[in-house]
Amino acid sequence: MPVLARAVEESGIATVMVTMLPEIAERFDSPRIAAVEFPFGHSYGVPHDRAMQETVVRTALSLYERDDLPVRVDVPVSWPVEFKTAYRGWQPKEAAPIVAMLKRQVLERHAKEHDPQQ
Amino acid sequence: MSTSFRIDPYKFLPRSMIPEFRAFPHQPGAPPPVRPGKPLGQARVALLTSAGLYLKGRQEPFDLERERNQPTWGDPSYRIIPQHVKQEDLGVAHLHINPDDILSDFNITLPIEVLEEFARQGVIGAVAQRHYSFMGYQGVSVDAWRERYGVELAKQLREDRIDLLILAPS
Repeated sequence: MPVLARAVEESGIATVMVTMLPEIAERFDSPRIAAVEFPFGHSYGVPHDRAMQETVVRTALSLYERDDLPVRVDVPVSWPVEFKTAYRGWQPKEAAPIVAMLKRQVLERHAKEHDPQQ
Repeated sequence: MSTSFRIDPYKFLPRSMIPEFRAFPHQPGAPPPVRPGKPLGQARVALLTSAGLYLKGRQEPFDLERERNQPTWGDPSYRIIPQHVKQEDLGVAHLHINPDDILSDFNITLPIEVLEEFARQGVIGAVAQRHYSFMGYQGVSVDAWRERYGVELAKQLREDRIDLLILAPS
């Protein structure tokens, strides 16, 4: 996604990244980063928690007028759901195709290495 | 604002994926940052999400069938989401996240209604009429984003006289 942000900055329009992985944005030298410690798919917070969503949006907007670039602000909000529930909750019910493929490859390699016929 | 607080960037990332993210190399070639000429109170703001949102019945969902057959590929195209979209108009096509919370409140990834409130209060100048949805899993290549869709996105933002784009990778 920082690739898209670069194209937009190149055209003269300011960008802010609201991200759970600020270090990736930093490695792209993204000029304005708002970092959140939220589960994936929940960049602005909990559904229907408008106050939390406003806090994140307000932080992102506050970076627009900063001139000390690059700038990164970490949003000081903790995820209000118990960790294990939140960790499982954001993930798809069925493993993504790439995850399933990598798992299959590991299992196949493991089976081959432990096959006495080989 | 305090800059001492730091989030744990790997808290919700599966353990097996952490080394890959830690080792991700610096990507040279960033353009010089834009220095906006307008104050925030006059700025027109657009949003972009990579959660795979689309308008049910009016837009094709992202191509998940091809990704299932070719797991190292992800659909690089995008959908335009209009400012006055309704929750019930939205679908999510993304195989790497659980879409349930977004299908309950799209503002957690595309906070158009939050921006509208800030526009009413005069915090920002205006909310864009067009917002953007991509599907964040791009497999082995972001060439299509770099060479085609990023350029198209920038062109449309300029047509809409946007001053600020807020991007939220999912």
